[in-house]
Amino acid sequence: MSLIHSETLVVNCLRCSWVDPFKFHCSKLSIVLSRFVISAMAEERRQKQCSVVLPTESMKAMAESVGVGQLQEDSCVALSEEVSYRIKEIAQDALKFMHHGKRRKLTTSDIDNALKLKNVEPLYGFQSQEFIPFRFASGGGRELHFYEEKEVDLSDIINTPLPRVPLDVSLKAHWLSIEGVQPSIPENPPPASKEQQKTESTEPLKVVKPGQEEKGTIQGKGQSTTTPDGKGKEKGLIRLKPRSTHELSVEQQLYYKEITEACVGSCEAKRAEALQSIATDPGLYQMLPRFSTFISEGVRVNVVQNNLALLIYLMRMVKALMDNPTLYLEKYLHELIPAVVTCIVSKQLCLRPDVDNHWALRDFAARLMAQSCKTFSTTTNNIQSRVTKTLTKSLFDDKTQWTTRYGCIAGLAELGADVIKTLILPRLTVEGARIKAVMEGPVVSNIDKIGAEHVQTLLLKHCASVIAKIRPQPDNVEQYRAEYGYLGPMLCSHVVKARTQATLQAQQVNRTTLTITQPRPTLSVSQSGLTGSGGPRTPSIIKVPSSLTLMSPRPGTPSQPSPPATKYIVMGTSAGAASTQQVRVI
Amino acid sequence: NESAPQESESNQIVSCSKIHIPSNHLGGFNRSNANDGRLLSSSPGAGTGGTATGNNKPAPGPPEEQQTLLAVLQFLKKSKLAESAEILRREAGLPEDALDPKGTDASGSGPGLAAGSGQVDGVDASSLLSRVTVSSSAAAQAPKKAAAGEDQPDVSVVLSAYSQQGDPSLYDAYYSGLKRFIESVLDCHRAELSQLFYPLFVHMYLELVYNNNESVAKAFFEKFSGDQECYYEQDLRILSSLTKKEHMKGNETLLDFRTSKFVLRISRDSYQLLKRHLQERQNNQIWNIIQEHLYIDIFDGMPRSKSQIDAMSGSLAGEARREANKAKVFYGLLKEPEIELPLDDEDEEAENEEGKPKKKKPKKDSMGSKSKKQDPNAPLQTRIPLPELKDSDKLDKIMYMKESTKRIRLGSDNLPSICFYTFLNAYQGLTAVDVTDDSSLIAGGFADSTVRVWSVTPKKLRKVKSAADLNLIDKESDDVLERIMDEKTASELKILYGHSGPVYGISFSPDRNYLLSSSEDGTIRLWSLQTFTCLVGYKGHNYPVWDTQFSPYGYYFVSGGHDRVARLWATDHYQPLRIFAGHLADITCTRFHPNSNYVATGSSDRTIRLWDVLNGNCVRIFTGHKGPIHALAFSPNGKFLASGATDGRVLLWDIGHGLMVGELKGHTDTIYSLRFSRDGEILASGSMDNTVRLWDAMKAFDDLETDDFTAATGHIHLQDNSQELLLGTYMTKSTPVLHLHFTRRNLLLAAGAYNP
Repeated sequence: MSLIHSETLVVNCLRCSWVDPFKFHCSKLSIVLSRFVISAMAEERRQKQCSVVLPTESMKAMAESVGVGQLQEDSCVALSEEVSYRIKEIAQDALKFMHHGKRRKLTTSDIDNALKLKNVEPLYGFQSQEFIPFRFASGGGRELHFYEEKEVDLSDIINTPLPRVPLDVSLKAHWLSIEGVQPSIPENPPPASKEQQKTESTEPLKVVKPGQEEKGTIQGKGQSTTTPDGKGKEKGLIRLKPRSTHELSVEQQLYYKEITEACVGSCEAKRAEALQSIATDPGLYQMLPRFSTFISEGVRVNVVQNNLALLIYLMRMVKALMDNPTLYLEKYLHELIPAVVTCIVSKQLCLRPDVDNHWALRDFAARLMAQSCKTFSTTTNNIQSRVTKTLTKSLFDDKTQWTTRYGCIAGLAELGADVIKTLILPRLTVEGARIKAVMEGPVVSNIDKIGAEHVQTLLLKHCASVIAKIRPQPDNVEQYRAEYGYLGPMLCSHVVKARTQATLQAQQVNRTTLTITQPRPTLSVSQSGLTGSGGPRTPSIIKVPSSLTLMSPRPGTPSQPSPPATKYIVMGTSAGAASTQQVRVI
Repeated sequence: NESAPQESESNQIVSCSKIHIPSNHLGGFNRSNANDGRLLSSSPGAGTGGTATGNNKPAPGPPEEQQTLLAVLQFLKKSKLAESAEILRREAGLPEDALDPKGTDASGSGPGLAAGSGQVDGVDASSLLSRVTVSSSAAAQAPKKAAAGEDQPDVSVVLSAYSQQGDPSLYDAYYSGLKRFIESVLDCHRAELSQLFYPLFVHMYLELVYNNNESVAKAFFEKFSGDQECYYEQDLRILSSLTKKEHMKGNETLLDFRTSKFVLRISRDSYQLLKRHLQERQNNQIWNIIQEHLYIDIFDGMPRSKSQIDAMSGSLAGEARREANKAKVFYGLLKEPEIELPLDDEDEEAENEEGKPKKKKPKKDSMGSKSKKQDPNAPLQTRIPLPELKDSDKLDKIMYMKESTKRIRLGSDNLPSICFYTFLNAYQGLTAVDVTDDSSLIAGGFADSTVRVWSVTPKKLRKVKSAADLNLIDKESDDVLERIMDEKTASELKILYGHSGPVYGISFSPDRNYLLSSSEDGTIRLWSLQTFTCLVGYKGHNYPVWDTQFSPYGYYFVSGGHDRVARLWATDHYQPLRIFAGHLADITCTRFHPNSNYVATGSSDRTIRLWDVLNGNCVRIFTGHKGPIHALAFSPNGKFLASGATDGRVLLWDIGHGLMVGELKGHTDTIYSLRFSRDGEILASGSMDNTVRLWDAMKAFDDLETDDFTAATGHIHLQDNSQELLLGTYMTKSTPVLHLHFTRRNLLLAAGAYNP
């Protein structure tokens, strides 16, 4: 085949396949293209790039797509080499456009521009800002990459309201540095990144404090060089963890004082600000040990004094700390987790257990516990299993009080459906019997009765949704009674309710994903779907960061909390209720 | 090599003839005519339509240039542009029959030389001198013969130079033989001779490919590509994809390699050693390549060390020849026009702060006297015609001087504050940023073809009223300039629509009345910041234009793009005044020297060139970067140049001596912006690695002045003191730093798009 012929054919081939409305070949080429680009961009590795050539089958497939039936093998080879070369060329040019576009990622528009440079018509209608997800399939000895295109119902698109207009470009100024010092403001990256904090805490031997120059290490080095004898001694030296001082500047001390006072003070607005600061400020890591001690000591004292309000405030501080993405909390879990667990299971958290809503604190703390299990649990620290063990142990204990029992169940239930299934569901009969004894038995104390009631609602709430998922459809009251004892009938009605809500929610999920009314992806849709009562209010609440919602000064009904809406929102109401109530008490 | 830019040039001629842009479109450019005249008189033939091609080579002295002209002529003939060809022929003073078919003969010796001898008028003395020294050296044969054959005019001729061939299977043996020899020589010579590896490798590989020995070529490549210096990796990658003779046609990289000789600098001793070895072994294949495709610049003295060589190498075509950097460069600053400061304003201010005016006055006088003294290195004030100052310019100058008295003196113990302007919601589309000199406006070029201008002061952006409304204005009133503005249009942001491709370069005029933008669509647009409309589209680059910049005195601007040429324009000419051709790859960035007499261009061929605006000559070639250059900055005193590249290094150059004087290592990604502080004490660099770094420029340059420059050999000895010079590193939150700007009071502004 003559040179010119092959070239024109290739160009045609490229063109045809790229403009082809059936994207199959086009996608296939793009894969190759992306592969080449990747190989071109992998600067470090010096590959044998000579050998990277399109497979001849691709050529055949493409030729077929443009109506050339029988392509000879050697023309395929010639073609594939030519095409590979041209693609490499285009990729090289596209890289140029990427560099001038000041980006790190190659985009489809770069390739379009590179094609334009070569006087080839660009690929119309193949825009994609981010990467194009290619699926891989294999079978029957063949491997296939394909670009998944879902069928779209046009009427759906027409009927859905238009998505929100993307925000326009805007300009924002901040101080990157003031006379050579970078201020710790949210616009700047944290002075010590999380990784750095981590290495500092996990590899203390390599610690180099940004402020104080490596005095310790220099000394260490000096010693090791002055003592030429024995490796053992050297090892001993290395194992010594250099004492790290946590000096706080005057500003930091002031800040710490202000923040802690605001957090436990009586002014709700100030507290909101302080918590917001804890949750977002990037420069807090130096104060973290103090905060941690403050919380754990605070809990210890206030549990004894049964000061519910302060306990709530402290838990909200824990939440704020956990929300701060720049902090490496792992180092302080040994102080924080006991404090949180105390707030879940303590026998008494308030002065008047019959009136005060300490249940909300338990719920909130349980949620915190679950969150920290999720984020911090590793195979080495085993937080989740340790916590689970502790909670189950006291749950299985007959002498456990109702308050503690409630905390245990709440703590376990928050850990997820699996935990409920394996640890709580088997206990339903026993707990039911216990509740029955209180409810229907001789009148004991009012406190016990309230406790039993709470445990009952809690069990119903958590178990119903799980059972709804694992049990087959027909819900028979008798079956439930047989299986779960006293709680059976109530459970049955709850399950039925959960099922209808689930279907309702499924519809809502559809709606929400289409209309994109959910700006916060962290709140899962299923939770917001449950919002039966709080319906119209939720969107406005969701917009505020969750830490803020918690402090909403909305006066809540102090008695029974309404059935759960989104996790934090309901917490917000009840916690808020509890706190206001408590303030009144004080 | 010439054919690519020339082609686009000729296209431009055609396209320009269709487009008539009346010069009165340039509202407010009243001075344009006067300048035009002066410009023309200063260099006859400049900017006169189709003959633009001849302008960059006004003195066709050396035979190569003569031959280039012939090649251009032939190209024009072939493209049936008879008229242009005729004009060019007349301009260049070539005889009628110069366009003999022999003219493109591969040997290229005959007619070109003959014709050239007739009218050698402006041969550069230094280049002649170097020619003599070279030919008197031992290697006389090689360069001389090569000189005749370089700048091959046609692609086919270029390729045919590879036709002679030895036994392909022996290439491997030849190369490894040489390798063994070089590895066995004394250490001091080894580093120098190792420079041979890369060019030899490439040429041998290309020869193999050209002669259709695909498999041998592949094996050769795989065997030896690993030995090459890591900074050639990018070129090797292109080379590796080239496996067939057909690919060689139209491959720019290959053409670059063929048309430009790879320049090596080797000491005489090392060279003798090599020569002896090759003669002993009768290794003609390698000897041929060395003679034909390499230019060996031999110097007397000690061989250079590995680090010295590494510092200078890395460009597409080897190091710069020594004589390329010999021309005198007037790097001094122009005398500032004398403007009396109206003291009444000053006094008003002084009432608030007592005692200060007395201090200020003597200071001002000293400043004034400094600028009155003529710098011996400065070009003549009238070397190139500059626009006259308007009243508004004078006002601005006064503002400038006032501000500069309040300037903070920076230093290693007094670092600037940095204010960062983040472009939010830019969706990765921000491609260029510029800030006005007085820091009142900031403009961004975007991938969606728009240009957006923000006011960063409380003063909002307003348009001039429409013509009908302007008629109603009382033109005698004092505040007429205020009255012509339309209050209704006041806003913080104005968007300029007009380009049809991503905007890659953007530049404010010094008087803040205009804005230039260059785009992927091949045009440069001039926008009015009074009416916020496009005034002119300058067409000429037919390919993406990567960068553009206004001269510090306004009126002129420079642009550079994918077509490998930089162009100098004047705002009132729709055709370029100068075309700076010589780079072997895309021109990625362009900068004006503070005295406006020179233009620096950085390129993907990893070199920086300095061009003389007066005659279009290339006066400096700086090699040493290992990646495409994306940032350039002149020091405020005009003596030094800083450059940043994709390799993450900043290199510092002494313009007068033509030498590299410093290397600043620290960035881990492409450097997109460089800026000296107003007094030149601090160099700020911004990079894709999301950091702004500050370097002690004072120290970097001070240390030098004590060093005696061994300019004769061009050796440099760089200390590795980047860490000492680094004064600060400031991380942003995943915002690449695209632009840096020192305000008149030495506050550093940085800008970039947040990239979540």
